Amino acid sequence: MLVNRYLIQEVIGIGGMGSVYRARDMHFPNALKLVAVKEMINQARDPLIRQTIVQNFEREANILVTLNHPAIPRIFDYFTHEERSYLVLEYIHGKDLEAILAETNGPLPEDVVIAWAIELCDVLQYLHTYKTEPIIFRDMKPSNVMINTNNHVILVDFGIAKVFNPGQKGTMIGTEGYSPPEQYRGEATPLADIYALGATLHHLLTHKDPRVEPPFTFAERQVRKYNPNISPELEATLNVALQYNPQDRYKNAESMKEALMMVAQKTGTLSRMTLLVSPTGPLTESLKPLWVFDCEDEIRGSPTLDNGVVYIGAYDNNLYAINSTNGKFIWKYATDGGIVAKPVVYDNTIFVGSEDHRLHAVNNRSGKVVWTYFTDGPIRSSPRIAEGHIFFGSDDGYLHAVNSLSSRRIWRVEADQPVRSTPFITSDHVYFGNEGGEFFCTDFRGEIKWRFKAKRAITSSPVVSQGVVYFTSLDSSFLALDAKAGWVIWRFRMGKGSVSSPSKVENYLFIGSADGCIYSIEAGNGREIWRFQTDHQVSGSPVVYKDSVYCGSVDGNMYCLDYRTGRLRWKFHTEGAVTGTPLVYNDVLYFGSTDHRVYALLA
Amino acid sequence: MIDFLRRLFGRNKLTAADIQTAPLSEKQLQVVTREVQKYEPPQLVVGTGQSLGRQREHNEDCLYALNITLAGKNDPLPFGIFIVADGMGGHQHGEVASEVATRALSTALIRKLYIPNFNLQPEPQTEPLQEIVQQGMREAQQAVLKLAPGGGTTMTAAFVFGEQVTVAHVGDSRAYFVFPDGRIQSVTRDHSLVRRLQELGQISEKEAAVHPQRNVLYRAIGQGEPFDADINTYPMPHPGYLLLCSDGLWGVVPELEIFRIITSTNNPSLACHHLVQAANAAGGPDNISVILVYYPN
Repeated sequence: MLVNRYLIQEVIGIGGMGSVYRARDMHFPNALKLVAVKEMINQARDPLIRQTIVQNFEREANILVTLNHPAIPRIFDYFTHEERSYLVLEYIHGKDLEAILAETNGPLPEDVVIAWAIELCDVLQYLHTYKTEPIIFRDMKPSNVMINTNNHVILVDFGIAKVFNPGQKGTMIGTEGYSPPEQYRGEATPLADIYALGATLHHLLTHKDPRVEPPFTFAERQVRKYNPNISPELEATLNVALQYNPQDRYKNAESMKEALMMVAQKTGTLSRMTLLVSPTGPLTESLKPLWVFDCEDEIRGSPTLDNGVVYIGAYDNNLYAINSTNGKFIWKYATDGGIVAKPVVYDNTIFVGSEDHRLHAVNNRSGKVVWTYFTDGPIRSSPRIAEGHIFFGSDDGYLHAVNSLSSRRIWRVEADQPVRSTPFITSDHVYFGNEGGEFFCTDFRGEIKWRFKAKRAITSSPVVSQGVVYFTSLDSSFLALDAKAGWVIWRFRMGKGSVSSPSKVENYLFIGSADGCIYSIEAGNGREIWRFQTDHQVSGSPVVYKDSVYCGSVDGNMYCLDYRTGRLRWKFHTEGAVTGTPLVYNDVLYFGSTDHRVYALLA
Repeated sequence: MIDFLRRLFGRNKLTAADIQTAPLSEKQLQVVTREVQKYEPPQLVVGTGQSLGRQREHNEDCLYALNITLAGKNDPLPFGIFIVADGMGGHQHGEVASEVATRALSTALIRKLYIPNFNLQPEPQTEPLQEIVQQGMREAQQAVLKLAPGGGTTMTAAFVFGEQVTVAHVGDSRAYFVFPDGRIQSVTRDHSLVRRLQELGQISEKEAAVHPQRNVLYRAIGQGEPFDADINTYPMPHPGYLLLCSDGLWGVVPELEIFRIITSTNNPSLACHHLVQAANAAGGPDNISVILVYYPN
């Protein structure tokens, strides 16, 4: 009980200087009158600072007491009690936008945000044109905007009046991320609030917290890059609000409100149109394949190319050799099961595994068998060759190492569960995963150096670069592990599990997921750079060629994206799922589809 | 291992002609070809240096260096935690802030990274390293809010394990990689207003050096909202150096001079001493803290 009147019920917020409580006002014993009590504990030792803090608090009280607007909480009381000062305010039934953002775990819909934005412009306009002296809110951000149970906005926390001493290190004003550049010079004008409102809306529409981004980067982080569902009109409105130079923004909150009303009108009536008009306008119809090759059953695997010949396996049990320039049949080699693995070429021999449990070595000229090697399960893992030896996994639960000439087994590593992941070989280690969710690092004696356990299968084939190994798991994580020690460096969470294998260019990693997205992730820290949503699972792996990333999807399309931005360059539709990894060579893209065809396109 | 492979597999495909080299100048070659002393077991060689500078009355910097070698049955992997923090606020809280932040982060890293790895029965580490470090930075933030309210501090921390280094950073202290061939590469990005203005092309590097607000940070521990530190993992330069320092060094001693001092000796402690001397000789306007980590293997 505070000053014999306010019965504290619950802490509803914690700030830097104290807490905010929900309390019951006991002056109304027969009615349940709830209030918000904002407490400020003055712990500063420096008397000057102590005084400033008290002044700020009083300032907030004095501002609030004169205001009368539905979007501003009413103030009931103000008092100081020992070291602590208290503000008693109208209790808002609702949640602040930060909490709403945390709950939604994704961007908020355009129509919802526009409705709030219009109300926020209203209240800013009220403050900025306040009679004796304009009031600059100075701290517009999601945590300072409450949405009450009637879905109306309420501005809270008028306490900001942080002292700004130019030249003194560490003085900060406003909330970094939302504040405009001029606020760092100590200028606070209505245009600063416009910027901060723009930043707040940007956060709501993208779910990208500007506080963890470098300041003033909104120009590089356009809303639609993260949330393509937003209308170009709304994006344009935010761009004006977020201009670097104050004079380039809306001249007041009223004109920003007008702009928002226009957007609401336009998108409200023309919403179908905006969905249909694709922003990038990919030219699907103009893409004609160089050639198409028909197999007798689905192609789920990936092609390889050597000396002008494309080699690819199909579920019709055959390994095909196709002329890469004209798509003409050269030979086929029949196994006794479907082929999903990617063939490799070494020493004039093609090596490929099959559902028939065997690894086949086939002469590249004649298409005749050289030898076969039996395992105790279907082979879905693609072979890798190092130092004259072939490394591959089998559903029999082993990773096999076989001499390429003699077909003699050197060793095998027991993994207990099927190994469908394609091993990665470095100068001294072999890396692979299994269907039990385990990941192994072995040396060339087949001795396990370390292992790691994911929650679900690791079908993805690892990639090692600069001492770090990258792979995904069906438990929906994309992982970076220290290749020497097996430590997890970072983990990126995707919407669903993945069997896709990463590719890496510069500091970019590219990966697909069953959530339908193709992601670009920063290799050093596991942060998302962009994502591109396809219409179905992405099981294949992206490849990068020049400045494009190519990746297929179960939605039947092969996508070509700008690898820096994820912007769609073109897509090519097939009649079946594209689950393999494409191959690009000499500006030509080769891939198979479950529509039984192999395609060659100009990249 | 490669030798073993060759014996095992009986093939040797790598010939001298396959190895490509960039054209290097005579001078560069001299440095590179200088015989690098290999240490067994693989280990970090660490030096530190600190000074009040010549114009300050208080030391608001804090530095921390922990270097572990455990060589036994398993492959020895060097392990090190290095932190430089530069407190601020202009009053007594600056020195408290940098120290409590450093203590909080180092304690968190020892609890989560050192203990599980070096206790009697090592446990596999499953929590991502970068999340552990991010959490440690948040604990540092909490410690400053609690024990030095109103104060703030920069913090640049490096965690070395094996051949990877994870750098966490808030503020304008810096981490550099220094390669023997003459490259000196800053791996942190200052969270300062002038740096941001520079990136936006609003001011030049020269203007930034004398800008009246060159000390204004937009992100610091103990100030503002909860935040995320910049965290990145890099391959440790080897052979090469990792340098952590406060602006008392990088703000006054040019990079070329830093490089010259570091590579003029094989003793990192001596190099740190010389770096501090150079900053003081240039006026010593601020506290100076330096950690130099040499990874010869």
